[in-house]
Amino acid sequence: MSVANAAHSVVEPSAGTRRFAGLLVILYAIITMIPLVWIVLTSFKSPDDAISYPPKILFKPSLEGYCNLFTTRSRQTPEFIQTLGQPHGLCDSIARSRNMVVAGPSNYVPRFVNSLIIAFGSTMLAVALGTLSAYGFSRFRVPLKDDLLFFILSTRMMPPIAVAIPIYLMYRTVGLSDTRLGMILLYTSVNVSLAVWLLKGFIDEIPREYEEAAMIDGYTRFQAFVKVVLPQATTGIAATAIFCLIFAWNEYAFAVLLTSGNAQTAPPFIPIIIGEGGQDWPAVAAGTTLFLVPIVVFTVLLRKHLLRGITFGAVRK
Amino acid sequence: MNDLSASSQITYRAVPVRPAVVRRIRGLSDQALAWLFITPTIVLLLAINIFPLVWTIYLSFTNYRANRANAPTIWLGTDWYQSILTDPDIWAAMQVTAHFVIWTVLIETVLGFGLALLIDKKFRGHGMWTTIILLPMMLSPAVVGNFWTFLYQPQIGLFNYVVAFFTGRGASSFQMLGDVTLSPWAIIIVDAWMWTPYVMLICLAGLRSIPDYIYEAAEVDRASNWRQFWSITLPMALPFIMLAVLFRGIENFKMFDMVNLLTGGGPGSTTEVASITLKRAAFESWRTGYSSAFAIILFVTVFGLANIYVKALNRVKNR
Repeated sequence: MSVANAAHSVVEPSAGTRRFAGLLVILYAIITMIPLVWIVLTSFKSPDDAISYPPKILFKPSLEGYCNLFTTRSRQTPEFIQTLGQPHGLCDSIARSRNMVVAGPSNYVPRFVNSLIIAFGSTMLAVALGTLSAYGFSRFRVPLKDDLLFFILSTRMMPPIAVAIPIYLMYRTVGLSDTRLGMILLYTSVNVSLAVWLLKGFIDEIPREYEEAAMIDGYTRFQAFVKVVLPQATTGIAATAIFCLIFAWNEYAFAVLLTSGNAQTAPPFIPIIIGEGGQDWPAVAAGTTLFLVPIVVFTVLLRKHLLRGITFGAVRK
Repeated sequence: MNDLSASSQITYRAVPVRPAVVRRIRGLSDQALAWLFITPTIVLLLAINIFPLVWTIYLSFTNYRANRANAPTIWLGTDWYQSILTDPDIWAAMQVTAHFVIWTVLIETVLGFGLALLIDKKFRGHGMWTTIILLPMMLSPAVVGNFWTFLYQPQIGLFNYVVAFFTGRGASSFQMLGDVTLSPWAIIIVDAWMWTPYVMLICLAGLRSIPDYIYEAAEVDRASNWRQFWSITLPMALPFIMLAVLFRGIENFKMFDMVNLLTGGGPGSTTEVASITLKRAAFESWRTGYSSAFAIILFVTVFGLANIYVKALNRVKNR
């Protein structure tokens, strides 16, 4: 920038200011991380440690929460358990120490798989549709362009419960209630607006001259789109896909109202994990931890594009 | 709205100068391709957003109940709208929503802008700490709501323990989620925890959009730091702050998942925000016609806010 900057800018904060600012921010970051750390810790606690008073920071790690998350158990008499012979695996021996036997797998894995299928399915559809439309809006003269773009964005602003009422009736009529396909279509329709807005921003940044050069070399417009624009937009498409994935992964309102068994995803399932006598907090914490891990990874991957994603591509830094 | 495409149209003008032959040697014309590309998205949105919306408008004028689909449907006209707008329960829900929206947006803006100011000092390692701070806003509001119920447990919860530790009160002497005066604040705390980073991130972009030379000029004029903040920093970051405020306002106006899991609207209806009222009417009492009318009222409100939001977006974009 300017010469003044290169020497020593008057607007550069002093070392003391910096250190003080850093200290406050780190303090905030630590406080804000406590709930998350607490959930991860709780997932490794035994049920007694999880509900002890005062709350335990040091405890003997246990995998009971994870075992309870993945299995269902039934209570048996000690005499019956003695007749069973060796326990099958770690979870069975933990269960037996509490006079229970593992009865079978829980519903967590199927719900997690539903989450994966619905999130990836809707993301692929939304990004595919979004890329095409974004290119259309970016490069061609479209009548009522601004109105169409506003219309597309406004569909994302709708309160989910208000949308869910007619969707519920519509899906009941066409047989899409509680199906993965129904949820994929619904999430696609919510995500496509974000995809169009974000990708339009990314494609706007690719110089038109590239395609024009390719077209002069004999490519059709479509070939130029596939062979020139798409490779240039890879980063943008990847960032958009992760945003869509996160939305579909986190979504709760539609999932809890429109699915009950077959197509239920993890967010409506985790809160209803119940043990004997109330909520099984270590199991809930274990389910939460496993569910949050992908998001943490994605956030770190996305950190450069976060701002763009949350402002529909308007703010680019 | 028109300023949105102004720049793209200017560059577009340059294109037709090239011979049309180049553009359509083979394949489709540009116009056909444009429609081919845009139509699938529009069709999907028409099928899954607009058609249901029209259906909702129709239902809002009838006595239809989703759990009695075979009962004869009677046309009621605007009866539901009149009864909703005069229903004290609805106005109570609107007040709860307003309380929630105003306080969360206020707290998040103050904290978020403050944090952005601090992070903008570019201390060592600010990138890593910023990423850590941003984590809560990426999480599922439902899962967040659910694990905060654990932190809020009266006897065993960490939140109660910490408050008890610092204030000397008994950890089970207060219930964040079960108390009429505390529960509205319980949901505000969780929302602020989750969304302050969002406001921070947008404010940070605003601060970084202010060119250094303005501060240098102010420095030359010997303007105090205080003066610089009020005459440069705040006014120039204001469009960004407004954007964050509007978006949080819209999102919290339709807040459902987090509140549903934290309190479910309770105790009684002290935290019953509009979306919870709507869910109760639509999916618990099955008053489909009535809830459709309420949904339309919420739609119109959000639509109006979204309009303002897009204008704000474009203002920021043109900076």
